[in-house]
Amino acid sequence: MSFRTIINRDGSQWMKGAGPEQDVVIGSRIRLARNIRGIPFPGAASHEDRAKVLEMVKGATALAKNLGQIEFVRLEEVSPLDRRLLVERHLISPQLAAQEKDRAVILRDDEAVSIMVNEEDHIRIQVLFPGMQLMDAWEMCSRLDDLYSEQLDFAFSPDLGYLTACPTNLGTGLRASVMLHLPGMTITDQIRRMLTAMGSFGLVVRGLYGEGTEVVGNIYQLSNQVTLGPSEEEIISHLENITRQIIAQEREAREALRQRGDIEDRLYRSYGILAHARSISSHEAMELLSDVRLGIDMGLFKGLAPTILQELLVLIRPAHLQKMVGRKMDAGERDRQRAALIRERIRTLHD
Amino acid sequence: MLCDECRQRPAVVHITKIVNNVRSEVHLCEKCAQGREEFAEASFGFPKLIASLFDWGPAVPGVRRDVQCESCGLTQQDFRRLGQLGCPACYEGFAPQLEPLLRRLHGGARHRGKVPGPEGKGIKIRRELESLRRQLQEAIGREEYELAAKLRDEIRDLEGQLG
Repeated sequence: MSFRTIINRDGSQWMKGAGPEQDVVIGSRIRLARNIRGIPFPGAASHEDRAKVLEMVKGATALAKNLGQIEFVRLEEVSPLDRRLLVERHLISPQLAAQEKDRAVILRDDEAVSIMVNEEDHIRIQVLFPGMQLMDAWEMCSRLDDLYSEQLDFAFSPDLGYLTACPTNLGTGLRASVMLHLPGMTITDQIRRMLTAMGSFGLVVRGLYGEGTEVVGNIYQLSNQVTLGPSEEEIISHLENITRQIIAQEREAREALRQRGDIEDRLYRSYGILAHARSISSHEAMELLSDVRLGIDMGLFKGLAPTILQELLVLIRPAHLQKMVGRKMDAGERDRQRAALIRERIRTLHD
Repeated sequence: MLCDECRQRPAVVHITKIVNNVRSEVHLCEKCAQGREEFAEASFGFPKLIASLFDWGPAVPGVRRDVQCESCGLTQQDFRRLGQLGCPACYEGFAPQLEPLLRRLHGGARHRGKVPGPEGKGIKIRRELESLRRQLQEAIGREEYELAAKLRDEIRDLEGQLG
């Protein structure tokens, strides 16, 4: 499958899939940072050094067996719109999209694997699975890491572990995250307490698109803070344990809402707006989609697939809307296009 | 005094700029001040936060201290600006300066996770040996000699693998 096919198809594959605990956990992500010994990190490297890294990684990718159907894509050959599309699908970071020279991404055709070359570190391997599948994602990420380490000499020190551009990633180079949908805890006002508690467990909470992004649609990203000291398995099982607690609390909150009885009206109203609005901002759409998803999980809106939330979250973003229409649109046009898309989706899935 | 920009909210931020000996003053409310480029530099960003934990050493008047990485040439100034290191060798070159930062970030811990390739095998065995030797001491302390004998054999085995 070519890069064109990946970019032109309708939305991200991994978001359509089902996974364990999917009523609360939208997805699990593992990221490993690796650098090649003897070459400056991308931020300080010369053009020649970065080009060398690109060639080395490309060569290693060609030699590595069992990588699956993959595509090595230089960002210079990708249009700015398509780069933003990749960001919206969580396949590359906004930082990588912003600088196209000497950068690349390696994509597996199911979009579960993406490897960024010359972002903050030489190599960043990412595995993204639907639902709660941290350990599976880690095993796959670790296997990919093994394949590359057969070809490349990774910068490593016995005491400090894998050496990274930023000291916050030192050691395992591992960032494990879960993407959580927590409308119950938000509506019942327990979320603030939970968020403050996370810091003391060594975890960080962020919005949907990572560092510095706001929380919209009641979607939170929870990840480990410390990367040096505990082993990868310890980091992941710690995050998993805390996530299980949150899942239990979120389900309790939803049960409390059901018993309170006034929630149905709110959810049906949100559905009503999405089914009829002629123009809608991305922020409002996400808040309302969160309600509809909660309704689906509570047994309302029969016929709507639960994955409508994560699919539409991506499809209603600016780059996806413009790709769909095939031209640049201003904010007003996008709001109308977004409303039309949601109306159509909600109807199709409802029939 | 009202904000120079929106003319609605009271001005709480006062900027005096002197460019080429020409003095200009701007008075802004909190909201309008947030968007100004003058403050982008002053904001307490993540790289600055990282760099602030770095040990710059005692300031000696008249002496410009600037340690430099032998491998990539990164200076302390560069690190302060980037909030990132220049190359893998910086971790050796700046080891004493990085020490307090790493202690703050990671509690001064040592790496116990995955290790790469052939180098990794030796490290894994050494770690296993360390743990077995500790268990052996404990077993002897508890007078569990059967267990101790088993552990001793395992240690011999691993030592053999190290060659």
